[in-house]
Amino acid sequence: MDILIVGVGGQGTLLASRVLGKYALDCGFDVKLSEVHGMAQRGGSVMTYVRIGEKIASPIIDEGGADLILAFEKLEALRYAHFLKESGEILYSTQEIMPMPVVTGAAEYPEGIENKLKGTGIDALSLAVKAGNTKAANSVMLGALCKKLGLDREKFENALLSSIPQKTVEMNKAAFALGYEAV
Amino acid sequence: MKKLLLGDFAVARGAWEAGVKVATAYPGTPSTEITEELARYPEVYSEWSPNEKVALEVGIGSAMRGARTIVSMKHVGLNVACDPLFTAAYTGVNAGLVIAVADDPSVFSSQNEQDTRLTAVSAKVPVIEPSDSEEAKEFAKQAFELSEKYDTPVILRLTTRVAHSQSLVELGERKELPNKAYERNIAKYVMMPANARVKHVVVEDRIKKLSEDSNAFSINRVEEGSKDLGIICSGGVYQYVKEALPEASVLKLGMVYPLPYKMIAEFAKSVKRCVVAEELAPHIETLVKAEGIAVEGKNIFPLNGEFSAKLIREKILGEKSEVKAENVPARPPVLCAGCPHRGVFYVLSKLKLNVLGDIGCYTLGAVPPLGSMDAVVCMGASIGMAVGFDKADPEAHKHSVAVIGDSTFIHSGITGLVDAVYNRAKITVVILDNRTTGMTGHQNHPATGKTIKNEPTYELQLDEVCRAVGVKNVRMVDPANLKETEEAIKAALAEEEVSVVIAKHPCVLLTKKLYNGFKVNDKCKKCKACMKLGCPAIVNGKNGITIDTSLCTECGLCKSVCKFGAIE
Repeated sequence: MDILIVGVGGQGTLLASRVLGKYALDCGFDVKLSEVHGMAQRGGSVMTYVRIGEKIASPIIDEGGADLILAFEKLEALRYAHFLKESGEILYSTQEIMPMPVVTGAAEYPEGIENKLKGTGIDALSLAVKAGNTKAANSVMLGALCKKLGLDREKFENALLSSIPQKTVEMNKAAFALGYEAV
Repeated sequence: MKKLLLGDFAVARGAWEAGVKVATAYPGTPSTEITEELARYPEVYSEWSPNEKVALEVGIGSAMRGARTIVSMKHVGLNVACDPLFTAAYTGVNAGLVIAVADDPSVFSSQNEQDTRLTAVSAKVPVIEPSDSEEAKEFAKQAFELSEKYDTPVILRLTTRVAHSQSLVELGERKELPNKAYERNIAKYVMMPANARVKHVVVEDRIKKLSEDSNAFSINRVEEGSKDLGIICSGGVYQYVKEALPEASVLKLGMVYPLPYKMIAEFAKSVKRCVVAEELAPHIETLVKAEGIAVEGKNIFPLNGEFSAKLIREKILGEKSEVKAENVPARPPVLCAGCPHRGVFYVLSKLKLNVLGDIGCYTLGAVPPLGSMDAVVCMGASIGMAVGFDKADPEAHKHSVAVIGDSTFIHSGITGLVDAVYNRAKITVVILDNRTTGMTGHQNHPATGKTIKNEPTYELQLDEVCRAVGVKNVRMVDPANLKETEEAIKAALAEEEVSVVIAKHPCVLLTKKLYNGFKVNDKCKKCKACMKLGCPAIVNGKNGITIDTSLCTECGLCKSVCKFGAIE
């Protein structure tokens, strides 16, 4: 299972990959994660690879190789859509974050992205606000991912809740549940 | 027990298991996490050094005095540490000295794409290179053994993809070692000409012997497969080769300098087609060809960028895939919403100044709409370049500044400032003091008053440092106050000598607060004055100008540039 996680630096793609990694390990699989740190994290386009299987060699996923893309932002979903396998699907947040060329007016945020994406859109931001704060949007997406892939809910939720600060557990739990029900 | 570990954490674990007692570093992506992790082990003395040269010098001293030591840095950090490195190869070590160096193929977070293996060849220092986290841990341990057996510093080379990937690692126990006995040995450690001449011969013999011995090292191995195709590779590339060409014969090199020539010659002879697959420089290829062994290499592979399984298939098998990416607006990294550097760059942009830049988050001041940067070369370079501007053009100082971060100023900006004062340059330096080492993920430094383990220590005062080297005009401002910042910079530019403006405000990411975010009210005249800030939270879209409350940190810059009171 090859999962590509994409988004905007600072959105919490690293947390999502680590939760998936922890879950895979708990299930007894080999797993490799590959992350981007440093400069790209400052609001740039970021991607994290998660590869789970019996034995994994390369930690990266090639174009046309992903079973699932988990996208925390809609434009980023489109940017990396070509990484999908033919049978693959995108699970994306409908949140729009304007990249600097759009902010400055040098480019336009593309219209009708939903029509070009094969998969499911989640209004993660609204659901996160419902759970307590916009910062919980990545837990909403992880809830949706858990349902989409048919993963063991209890095990996956535990992997998430053990990876976050204690005081945010309740909020993230609520966010996870809202995401789970949204798929 | 198996654990999922980042390559960097695995290096730290390996060093810890090998009984390391001293760990030093200056933060640098993608090597930073090695020392951050080692700082969590109570058995290890760890430090953030002011720069990589000092880090290595501390390391040379501690290894000489008998404690196993690891010094970590990124590829460009090794440039800074080259002076001690080249001569440490001559002196050799006492206890093991391992230098973990992380290269950055594809330039994810660096200013160039250089290859540490070439530096190692010049320095005559052996290099070993792991291909995943398990090997990162094991090779770290082996590096200490090699260092002590051959009396040499050893470079443990990583690349971004190995340093920042996580894979399973079998954890072991720590081997607690007593310090090795230390004795004064002038012929070994005092590198004056008479001794250095003798030691140079020792170094050449050592490399020759290592090359011969490495034919039997278990970290160099042949994985037999089809005789039609043989690939010579190491590090992260090995994983791409296994993925792309599971049938091929593979010579996996754990040690990439010096090379096991007998093993390579036999391997090349055993296959019909022999290809060296290596990222960046043709290091292995050049050395192998010099031995008269025929291989392919950079005739098919690029000299830049990281590889992938797809690239290996494409270049070796000629397979092309027809995947097409959508043409969408780029999303370059930007200064965060609420970044204290924004206020300074807004003023520099408004005053249309030439800006000599430096290495850090504030390099992003070059991105439009701020677009306020003329050059970025290396750590500390901004101040020297500003002196150069002034010496080339006596009018330049009236419209130029050097900007440099707090951590970077300590790393290598202070000597530039000494030069400026000593040689009567008329420059303005803005120190962007955000109270941390930002880009690499918030490490302490000498001016934060905290050690790597967050223990209190002397807090270096940047203004006192400036005054001590002879700067008379030192101004402190808060960059959240645009008026105060602009006035200070203008006053500094008007002076005919060295001036320093310290713009002090903590990095917004250090405050883990949740914000409600500002809103734009109906007084907005769409004048777009706020858009000049280049704040990612302010959007000019279909519904006019709005603020993305999920990003806004209520820093107030937009409020202070809005003449209509439209932001609240």
